[in-house]
Amino acid sequence: MKRSVTLRGETFGFADLRELMARANEPKAGDRLAGIGASSERERVAAKMALADVSLSAFLDEPLLEDDVTGLIVSSIDLDAFSSIRSLTVGELRELILSSTFAHEWEGGLKLALTPEMVAGVARIMSARDLITAAAPLRTVTRCRNTMGERGVLGVRVQPNHPTDDIAGVLLSALDGLLFGCGDAVIGVNPTGDAIENVVALEHALYDLISTVGAPTQSCVLAHFTTQLAALERGAPVDLLFQSIGGTEATNAGFGVTLQGLVEGREAVLASHAAREEFIGTNVVYFETGQGTALSVDGHGGMDQLTCEARAYGVARSFDPFLVNSVVGFIGPEYLANEREIMRAGLEDHFMGKLLGLPMGIDICYTNHVEANQDTTDQLLVLLATAGCNFVMGVPGSDDVMLNYQSTSYHDAAGVRQLIGARPAPEFEEWLELSGIYEGGKLSEIAATGPESLLAFSNSLKAIGL
Amino acid sequence: MSDSLPTPLQRAVDVGDDSANVTPARLFIGRAGTAYRTSTQLQLRADHAFAKDALDASLSLHEQPMNDLVERFALFEVATEAESHEEYLARPDKGRRLAGGVAETLRQNCPSGVDVQFVIGDGLSPLAVRAQVPSVLGPLMEHASARGWSVGRPFFVRHCRVGVINDIGEALDAKNVVLLIGERPGLATAESLSAYMAHRPRSGDTDAQRNLVSNIHPSGVSADDAVRRILGLVDSFQLQGRSGFMVKESAQPTALPGAGGR
Repeated sequence: MKRSVTLRGETFGFADLRELMARANEPKAGDRLAGIGASSERERVAAKMALADVSLSAFLDEPLLEDDVTGLIVSSIDLDAFSSIRSLTVGELRELILSSTFAHEWEGGLKLALTPEMVAGVARIMSARDLITAAAPLRTVTRCRNTMGERGVLGVRVQPNHPTDDIAGVLLSALDGLLFGCGDAVIGVNPTGDAIENVVALEHALYDLISTVGAPTQSCVLAHFTTQLAALERGAPVDLLFQSIGGTEATNAGFGVTLQGLVEGREAVLASHAAREEFIGTNVVYFETGQGTALSVDGHGGMDQLTCEARAYGVARSFDPFLVNSVVGFIGPEYLANEREIMRAGLEDHFMGKLLGLPMGIDICYTNHVEANQDTTDQLLVLLATAGCNFVMGVPGSDDVMLNYQSTSYHDAAGVRQLIGARPAPEFEEWLELSGIYEGGKLSEIAATGPESLLAFSNSLKAIGL
Repeated sequence: MSDSLPTPLQRAVDVGDDSANVTPARLFIGRAGTAYRTSTQLQLRADHAFAKDALDASLSLHEQPMNDLVERFALFEVATEAESHEEYLARPDKGRRLAGGVAETLRQNCPSGVDVQFVIGDGLSPLAVRAQVPSVLGPLMEHASARGWSVGRPFFVRHCRVGVINDIGEALDAKNVVLLIGERPGLATAESLSAYMAHRPRSGDTDAQRNLVSNIHPSGVSADDAVRRILGLVDSFQLQGRSGFMVKESAQPTALPGAGGR
């Protein structure tokens, strides 16, 4: 379907919906690399104008790609709910989303009427404040060993990575995070080695840590999902099944992932939970994504990176995940060139995930070969906390000593909670108060002051009988 | 906590005052309100400055320590399609392809069809190559030969991305390719090396067909352990006739000859 827009006498034509979407995207290095981005700011705006007039039904009539992800997306849409908005244009959808009653309609079923492509379409005609304002009222509550996502809750993943997976080093990092009130989203380690024995040892160590201190939270070892399942078969306690996913079949193949494999993996983990007592819910999957992933494995199928990212959320949605996390600045400058592109992508990913009904968190981060620094993460952290982000990362001193990049720190997470009055998961907060880490809803005087706070913590746990 | 903590947790608590002995992570660094103490804040800035500078470090085969490897192993240099550092950063596709004519150069200078081909790539950290490769390349070549494997003539790829493994596989038809490549500089170290490995790599292969030993540096995986783990994975590739996520690393790879093993 040919679409064109004339701006001050200059006519811009777009061959099909896929091209129109790519041209309308905000500037991203990855779209430039793929040769599909707008060639001028005039063309970008013309594409946005043309896109604003596209009706939502066009996204079902003109699939951007034929693969198993598209099949999954189409089969999971609620067509009854969709019938109430099918005649809307993308521009009208933006105004609906920003209206004061939208959160109610979304909760009432519209969240299952939207496809990732529609969400990716509307995101690119929204400003940064639009993305924040629209996301904030949308809450997705999930349950595993605690409850994440309620209004006013900002969770934190403790990420206690170690360059050789030394167990004591990992546990010490995790303890430091707990002393800052972090770790309610998950205590999740990226292992450096994919050996099954290694993953088994880490799963047991994190399980023991959580039971010893009595914290109501869950652990995860972020190996390939097949390695986690092998560990589960050997009796390791797997709280959350992790996997990196992408928005096309080819991207997932590049990760060694099939949809059927994930379905079976989730069932295996759920079955193992039936024999344990710690679980209050059935959200047992943790996904990570990121703009640029599909292109990096040459699996984008000609689609822009924002659309590919939204489609990854379409995959995630089918698995009722406990956590979904876009690792926004990890991928490098060839996909997100600088601070500006990272910040835009972080806000877009959070908004799109929320609109699709996901428990969306963001790893606000950067590598050292991109033009960004700690001020970048500070700024995006405040913006996303305001937007109601479900969780962020806590890395000791912001410095991940295994993955060699910088994210938000235990300090940053504690600081932004205090700044905006956000709280940890309710079960976890109760434990923080009991164990003396919190006092009156914030960090106590003796928490996280230095090495001596570990002893104080140990004593207060003894005092409450743990 | 109870009197009988699980051993690893007890060890963690025991070393609490001296965490630097078990991890390079910045632990128990105190706080000013919820912010960093001033010393932490400025140390992070200093470490970031050094990491940024490390990206611009140079690497020459004519200088120490690389010229020693040229003498010992007849190491030589080839290029990818990326012609500058800037192009290398912006165009990952070019860093994954050997420059025109290089495949022919490799066929003229290296034996084809060997069991193991070792390759060195600058990646994002020339410093990592300079710091780690001299202590791992020799042992890798020696122990691979001691296993009875045929070993190719190693070479260095400038402006190198991991995906160049595919072009190398196509050019030389090696059974296994091991690429030693500099990782992106971090704050704690700019000298971390990775080994990416693939069995019979071909065009179109992805990370799903590759295995990785990362964090090779003195505060991470030692040179000895790296050599043992890399060769252990090649053992598994040979046995299973494949590489990638289906091949899981063994926690106790076969001991090296002369180190008490077979």
